Amino acid sequence: MSNFSLIVVLLVLLALGYQLGMTRSRKVATVNSDLRMHSRPHHYGMMVGLWAVLPAFLILILWLWLSPAVINAMMVSHLPTEVSSLSTEQLRVVSQRISNLADNFGVVADAEAWELSAADHLRQLKANSAIMLTALMAVIAAVGMLISLLKITPRLKARHQVERVVKGLLVLCSTVAILTTIGIVLSMVGETLKFFSYIPPTEFFFGTTWNPRFSTVGVGEQGDFGLVPLLAGTTMIAGIAMVVAIPLGLMVAVYLAEYAPVKLRNTAKPLIEVLAGIPTIVYGFFALVTVGPFLRDLGASIGLDINATSALTAGVVMGIMIIPFISSLSDDIITQVPKSMRDGSLGLGATKSETILKVVLPAALPGIVGAVLLAASRAIGETMIVVLAAGNSPALTANPFEAVSTVTVTIVNQLTGDNDFSSPQSLVAFALGLTLFVITLLLNVVALVIVRKYREQYE
Amino acid sequence: MTIIAENPIKAVATPSLVQQKVIASLSKRHRKEKLFRRLGLSAVLISLGLVAVLFINIFSRGVPAFWQSAITLDIYFDPAIIKIPAKPEQQAEESDNDFRQRYLAWQTDVGFVNFNRLITDSLQTILPDASKHRRDLARFVTSGERFALRDMVVADPSIIGQRRTLHLLTDANIDVWLKGNIDRSLPDEQQQLSPITRQWADKLSADGIIQNRFSFALFMNPDSRSSLASAGLAGAFMGSFYMMLVVILLAVPMGVAAAIYLEEFAPRNKITDLVEVNINNLAAVPSIVFGLLGASVLIGWFNLPMSAPIVGGLVLSLMTLPTVIIATRSTLKAIPPSIRQAALGLGASKMQAIFHHVLPLAIPGILTGAILGVAQALGETAPLLLIGMKSFVASVPASPFDQASALPVQIYLWQGNELRNFFEARTSAAIIVLLMMMISLNGMAIWLRKKYEKRW
Repeated sequence: MSNFSLIVVLLVLLALGYQLGMTRSRKVATVNSDLRMHSRPHHYGMMVGLWAVLPAFLILILWLWLSPAVINAMMVSHLPTEVSSLSTEQLRVVSQRISNLADNFGVVADAEAWELSAADHLRQLKANSAIMLTALMAVIAAVGMLISLLKITPRLKARHQVERVVKGLLVLCSTVAILTTIGIVLSMVGETLKFFSYIPPTEFFFGTTWNPRFSTVGVGEQGDFGLVPLLAGTTMIAGIAMVVAIPLGLMVAVYLAEYAPVKLRNTAKPLIEVLAGIPTIVYGFFALVTVGPFLRDLGASIGLDINATSALTAGVVMGIMIIPFISSLSDDIITQVPKSMRDGSLGLGATKSETILKVVLPAALPGIVGAVLLAASRAIGETMIVVLAAGNSPALTANPFEAVSTVTVTIVNQLTGDNDFSSPQSLVAFALGLTLFVITLLLNVVALVIVRKYREQYE
Repeated sequence: MTIIAENPIKAVATPSLVQQKVIASLSKRHRKEKLFRRLGLSAVLISLGLVAVLFINIFSRGVPAFWQSAITLDIYFDPAIIKIPAKPEQQAEESDNDFRQRYLAWQTDVGFVNFNRLITDSLQTILPDASKHRRDLARFVTSGERFALRDMVVADPSIIGQRRTLHLLTDANIDVWLKGNIDRSLPDEQQQLSPITRQWADKLSADGIIQNRFSFALFMNPDSRSSLASAGLAGAFMGSFYMMLVVILLAVPMGVAAAIYLEEFAPRNKITDLVEVNINNLAAVPSIVFGLLGASVLIGWFNLPMSAPIVGGLVLSLMTLPTVIIATRSTLKAIPPSIRQAALGLGASKMQAIFHHVLPLAIPGILTGAILGVAQALGETAPLLLIGMKSFVASVPASPFDQASALPVQIYLWQGNELRNFFEARTSAAIIVLLMMMISLNGMAIWLRKKYEKRW
């Protein structure tokens, strides 16, 4: 049976076990009417269902994990000696060919006789494995269901068993987030190390030219993989974005938190937060077709030479995107500043703006710095706006009116979705990704620490 | 003898030096106050203005693209052109395989028919001197329409020999020309269309034979490179749909389960602290890093297919997981402990207290968080580019394992199309579709929150 139908059968078994367990527990209850059952009938049902399904499911997982290697080893042991004595790498190619033959896919060049017989053998082994798996699962499911049905007595703590399984599932789910982080770190560190076997880290971190060339295998030249121009472009665009977003976002937060009538606050806040929900590809398109040409014409009218796709275009649009991050985070922080501080300042005769500038904002400063850092990490990791609007020219320049390139853009360009991760040209994407991950992680950790400290201060 | 202090009233009459200073500076300070207030208001207005500019800009560009130039033609399904044998029927004694082969052979015959002749023949009857410009004539209607005619014949061969009045999409450049999206005064060599085609288009448009009709192609067709006028969003839409399905089936239950464990069961210790910090950080990891994870782990190690919605869905699930966890946790946190205590006091187990009493109360909040997470995943582009979803796919995916595109990726692909005059509007239209979906998702979340919001 195919794996999919096995899973469907398991689900049917779950329902069947549930019904049988419920019926059985009711029968047990009527027989032992002098004793009270420990759990409700549906707990017994659930328990029987789980006993029927869980062990069989674990077997399925183990089998799917281990059987390919076992089958392959068995197939290889039947190969002619001159073939099985090949090196592991060559052997891998051979078994790939045979497995393609067995699956009726085409292979390059004509298949030889021993290959065909091996393919037959492999097909046979696979069929046997499927039959064995089905039989094993059927036996285990049946045994599990029977034993658990027979075990049903008034004393059996079925609910405890069921709850333990549910709790196990909950724990399993909460480890996924950790596993994701580990997966990110491990996969990227692994590929980055592979990249560093081609290009020394010093050349990557301190090189000032970015020119990876094309990824033709076997060509001697490696190209230049200098991170500096990309990092400079990233910083410049993020900097421009922050210059746009910090004053606007902060003033919006101050006005909405301190001055605005409730009605205005209740309409303006969600409307501005709409900006945070717009997909970044939309911002990118907006930058490309509207903001870029607008800035170019504006520059031309005052005699400045501004590229339509430049660090400025990307930065300004990214700043617009970030306004709501800064404004809502700062808004929360400003409203958390205790009223007594404001009252004290106002009582001494300060005007409202003086109170805000000299008392409220200094008190809220750590929190606001945290918010700004969070926004900055978002700006650094932002991809689609820069892909469309920054012009993608990895030259080291300090002129914001010129096209630049960033770390994220380069990741997209280098990893075009081909499966071959063996050339430095595509491996560099992982080194860049790791750099990006570390930078944003540092910013986030610092920001979270600051925000948390600040919160404790006033709680 | 002591000197009695000066009369206090006198002090008011002649203010001290400090008071004088304060009074003198008052008007300046008040001016500053006003200025500050105005600055704040203008920041709010600028931000609102930016929202408005963005939306007006996209909508004014995109809305016209929902209507597209279509020509109304009287098509004669000429048996002299469609020379094919009768559609094969399965005989009683015939095996399925034989029938399929016969049917395929018949489809090949149909494929050899020049369906464009039907269109050009019909055009010739309404256009004068058309026979002198056969090449322009053949390109007048977009090439996708000949396949539409073929599909009509395959679906119902009895149509051969009949006449049908059909609305066919014109070439993309004709749409551009008629909508005025290209400078009409440009010299001939810079125009995309030949002079005669432009004359025809203007004449037919004036006669009402070419009209702007609602573009169903935009919604019903997959992407196309050969027939730009009939390129549509259907494939991308299905790709996005499958991915959202994966996100809803994976990220939402897993995130809710993880949140329940962390909020209700987990002991407070170093490990759970670490998990918490980790989740907060994961929520702020740039989305493109998740794309790298997908490329190296899902495609590289697990050998899942490239460009498939299942991989995209998995990547987006991992990305949305922290959002769902954080939203669910804050909802659970807001439910007062008295509910749990009441349930526990009546003899419920902790599991029963949570699943029977706390969770039902938390459902609106969880749903809100889940919807916002799904909306975030729907608009995400960057990680999908890395797992190969930017390749051109000209079919509607039938399952999550087929190659597919996604709505935001389709926008990315279309904005890069060379025929900018046509695709700038079409991209904006695609953006409007995406924004509408996001707005309805967010609206749903707001509605849920408003409807079930409870203050304890």
